[in-house]
Amino acid sequence: MKITRRQMLILLPAAAVAWEHVLAGTPESSPNYKLSDHWWSMLIDVPKCIGCGNCVRACQAENDVPDGYFRTWVERYHVSDENMTNPVVISPNGGKDGFPPVAKEDEGKYFFVPKLCNHCADSPCTQVCPVGATFVTPDGVVLVDPKYCLGCAYCVQACPYGCRYIHPQKEVADKCTLCYHRITKGLTTACCEACPTGARQLVDLKNPNDPIHEFLRTHAVQVLKPQMATGAKVFYNELDGSVR
Amino acid sequence: MSAFKDVGHLFRFAGIFVALFVIFLIVRVYVVPKSFGEYGHYRGNAITDIAANPIKYAGHEACETCHVDVQDVKKNGKHAHVNCEACHGPLARHADDPSSMTPVKPDTATLCVRCHAASAARPKTFPQVNAEEHSTGLPCQTCHQPHNPAIAAGGTK
Repeated sequence: MKITRRQMLILLPAAAVAWEHVLAGTPESSPNYKLSDHWWSMLIDVPKCIGCGNCVRACQAENDVPDGYFRTWVERYHVSDENMTNPVVISPNGGKDGFPPVAKEDEGKYFFVPKLCNHCADSPCTQVCPVGATFVTPDGVVLVDPKYCLGCAYCVQACPYGCRYIHPQKEVADKCTLCYHRITKGLTTACCEACPTGARQLVDLKNPNDPIHEFLRTHAVQVLKPQMATGAKVFYNELDGSVR
Repeated sequence: MSAFKDVGHLFRFAGIFVALFVIFLIVRVYVVPKSFGEYGHYRGNAITDIAANPIKYAGHEACETCHVDVQDVKKNGKHAHVNCEACHGPLARHADDPSSMTPVKPDTATLCVRCHAASAARPKTFPQVNAEEHSTGLPCQTCHQPHNPAIAAGGTK
């Protein structure tokens, strides 16, 4: 096949335009959503959690999380009167199938602590990524770009909360996205949608009408491992001192 | 001075180095995606890629647009704030096209105990029963209407 100079001059710009299109990627999916208008996080109302595991099941269904891996999970703490600082923590299958019942005569106190990515403002996991595959979005969600991730697992080690894993099939880092595909469309997260007691609530700190502002003023709220200075944004109401 | 007499070799090396660096810069322009660095040291379009994932849970607002009758039963009961898909499971496909799939009714014999099985680990104020003692294992909806479960509230079937 021979290409004349004239044909070449037509083909080259056409190829350039096609390549531009490849680079541009997918178009904007939520045109009315403005990144700078939101700062997402979550509130966990510990006394309301009944350990049903609905959130874990919902998360796995919504996000196709492989069996045995968890973007969110529920831990049950048992703190005995004699040893307040060494709780016995169980999380059978992440709490997905519920917890074994406890008879009344058992000693000590019990409570459930749902865990998920804390979507830290100063997240250690994004700082260690060597290829720019994980990042904090302008609206405050820590995400992983599966096209850039090499699966080196530095971030898995860096997360002080154990919230990341290497996806066994995709072989890239995977984690809670705070249901980014839902919250940008005006829905709440799958775990919050499925929680029957309202123990989990999606929070937008940049929304002045969000009830979180009043809640934070009037309740004893903590984040996990504040000494790590991660800027964790998942707020725990009435969190017991034995939770680490 | 004799040590520097063949300095011309170095200029040739420098020339090759500069040429390679220019090639690297040109290749880089084409290989790095446009959106890289849009918001930070990452591919900006990754945000829109992730936001475009399909949803599985439709959200209770979607259910309530059609199932107003259930909403009326629910709204005065103890389960008023329990979202539809907490029990019925993810139903975005049904919400998109009701004829494409019919949700299976949950089995109350196994559904209700997920939350209401007696356990001292649960908060004391949360209603709990020992299913064996309470109903000899009968399905809960033999007596309770799941959408408004209190029997005194006229919620019996």
